Amino acid sequence: MLKDQDRIFTNLYGMHDRSLAGAKARGHWDGTKEILTKGRDWIVDEMKASGLRGRGGAGFPTGLKWSFMPKESDGRPSYLVVNADESEPGTCKDREIMRHDPHTLVEGCLIASFAMQAHACYIYIRGEYIREKEALQAAIDEAYDAGLIGKNACGSGYDFDLYLHHGAGAYICGEETALLESLEGKKGMPRMKPPFPAGAGLYGCPTTVNNVESIAVVPTILRRGASWFSGFGRQNNAGTKVFAISGHVNNPCVVEEEMSISFEELIEKHCGGIRGGWGNLKAVIPGGSSVPCVRGENMKDAIMDFDYLRGELGSGLGTAAVIVMDNSVDIIKAIWRLSAFYKHESCGQCTPCREGTGWMMRVMDRLVKGEAAVEEIDMLFDVTKQVEGHTICALGDAAAWPIQGLIRNFRDEIEDRIRHKRGPIAAE
Amino acid sequence: MLRRLHADQPDSFAFTPDNEAWARAQIAKYPEGRQASAIIPLLWRAQEQEGWLSRPAIEHVASMLDLAYIRALEVATFYFMFQLKPVGSVANVQICGTLSCMICGAEDLVGLCKEKIAAKPHTLSADGKFSWEEVECLGACSNAPMAQIGKDYYEDLTVESLGRILDEMAEGKVPTPGPQNGRYASEPASGLTSLTEWESDKLPANASVTLATEVGDTLKRIDGTEVPLVAPWTGPNAGEMARANASAHGDPVQHAAEPAAREKAPRPAPEPAATEMPKPAKPAPSAAEPAAPVTESEPARLDSPKGGTADDLKRITGVGPKLEGVLNELGFWHFDQIAQWGPAEVEWVDARLKFKGRITRDDWIAQARKLASEG
Repeated sequence: MLKDQDRIFTNLYGMHDRSLAGAKARGHWDGTKEILTKGRDWIVDEMKASGLRGRGGAGFPTGLKWSFMPKESDGRPSYLVVNADESEPGTCKDREIMRHDPHTLVEGCLIASFAMQAHACYIYIRGEYIREKEALQAAIDEAYDAGLIGKNACGSGYDFDLYLHHGAGAYICGEETALLESLEGKKGMPRMKPPFPAGAGLYGCPTTVNNVESIAVVPTILRRGASWFSGFGRQNNAGTKVFAISGHVNNPCVVEEEMSISFEELIEKHCGGIRGGWGNLKAVIPGGSSVPCVRGENMKDAIMDFDYLRGELGSGLGTAAVIVMDNSVDIIKAIWRLSAFYKHESCGQCTPCREGTGWMMRVMDRLVKGEAAVEEIDMLFDVTKQVEGHTICALGDAAAWPIQGLIRNFRDEIEDRIRHKRGPIAAE
Repeated sequence: MLRRLHADQPDSFAFTPDNEAWARAQIAKYPEGRQASAIIPLLWRAQEQEGWLSRPAIEHVASMLDLAYIRALEVATFYFMFQLKPVGSVANVQICGTLSCMICGAEDLVGLCKEKIAAKPHTLSADGKFSWEEVECLGACSNAPMAQIGKDYYEDLTVESLGRILDEMAEGKVPTPGPQNGRYASEPASGLTSLTEWESDKLPANASVTLATEVGDTLKRIDGTEVPLVAPWTGPNAGEMARANASAHGDPVQHAAEPAAREKAPRPAPEPAATEMPKPAKPAPSAAEPAAPVTESEPARLDSPKGGTADDLKRITGVGPKLEGVLNELGFWHFDQIAQWGPAEVEWVDARLKFKGRITRDDWIAQARKLASEG
């Protein structure tokens, strides 16, 4: 288990002083000027060496992403945009960072922006996080007052402005180009890529979009060294990670742990075990609603990192939002609920997704009731394949995968229900 | 999902002076010519002030940002946090119904809302105090099931605790938000498994609960006086780009620029912001005299049309039936009246039309001159 002195978010539960003074006491904002003095290339190289992979779900190497930004400005400003539109069902980790340890993010924004020669950074927080917005803005105000950001940030001679912007309840705005559209004051509809944001992003200028956690871990990594960070987790899955565990464990919680921790250890150490014991575990969604579910018996020995979950179990680490379901759950209905979610959140731009999400939800609706023919299971699978990969953004894929995961893992249960026309198990 | 404007709309909308100042500060966050970026925060503030988002409010925000109405309407109907019809006078209860909450009992909470508030979502309760809806994941999954009521998250709910919360709210009280089962935040309920160092002398409540109780606006409509306006990006500590942005937008928050203004800044005397609003920074064409405001002068007006018959003002491009009615009400019935307006008169009319810049943009004067000479 990760020791407390190796945790980056030392105030994740907000019990210690949440102000700037408290953050400084816990070691944040220490030697920030010296980090900036080491220069842009050093920071990017160090981030590459740390092995940090983006914490927003896709797991793209953060240092590499930064290196795509233009080295010399062609007259256009560069921007860093932080994706704080945390809306993936199951995910509630960035909320804890922003309300309880906000200075990790503010400091990270300064360093990351400096590394990409961005003089302005926008944090796009989801609109529902009203108190989180206030807590983060208070931290930004404190940092301005103390001269840590703004004109001549930290005395480094670098001008840096940090703005907090908010959305208004659209899941799609977590997609980076939809987020940029929304930040420009339009409907959040994803853009075609290319051009990628690093070429033409916010206001047509070079832009990098990073998740809150990816940015908030930066200062600590640079202070303690890339090798310290890469010492956690397996090869290619380095670092510590904030896990959010919800559902049928005895003690659901948000906790920072080492990457590649086993599922069993994570649940036993922090969550007090599965409700009703391991024999009662039915299914787990290990990385937020967009990744396929995994049968409980395959999950016990699973290693919680990008490569294992994708390679061995055909699922994914995603945002490390672990949704645990015990035998009381009607798994077909659970996946139906996710289908309803994606139908609600489809922006309507691409036909396969706009029409497909509604169609899939309606078929799922019948599967829940058992009012379908067995052949329709294959038809549904076929339709998910027609949606997947045929849309501008990944929402279509995200809507397809949970259903594919259900059919792959629980086909027997669907067929059984159709044969017996059994109604859903009543939620207890 | 189809979202339409409410059938029954109020006549007008104006920000309170403090909300107006707040809105100006938000606009200064974005580069010159990009003030459209501020639309979501401004629409949200309008909704916070009124409880729901009316058509005049959407149009008012569009004018402030120099946007065509349709752009603002698109945004208002796209994002689900905008309530397009009136909600309960005390609160709109938003139950998170997505997977983690569903398997932890959100369906029972929805059942309670159906029983206590109204059988259908988006419907007012009999006493008009509450409405409810099921919303998608609110991002507090480790504290499932939960609901957002007003500005705050009530977490780790049961049917009993939600029932008690609603009863207290109906009596005018504001129950403490946050976890309702004794948890502090999102730590394991049975006790800390990490970060135990601070536990013994921890702060009284987590950040969300602390802010909610300090500000006390969980269920309150916002008029801007709740917290002092702080906008460091417009102040002396801001970087060069930010200061350029702020001045491009006409230095909207002078009183926030001084650090001393942290204490409640003196507020300007209340005045209807909708009609006396300073002009938003205009794009290039009329940028010749951006900062020199034209003083208003009242044009000649008539109580009734000359000879009893008015000209058909709708023949002017840009004037529809609604605008014609407004112009008639203001005392304008004829093309020759409009043809005689100078810049000061245009300013006077513009301020009362709530159609910022429409008169010059569509060049009413030249149109009216032509029509008057034809007529």
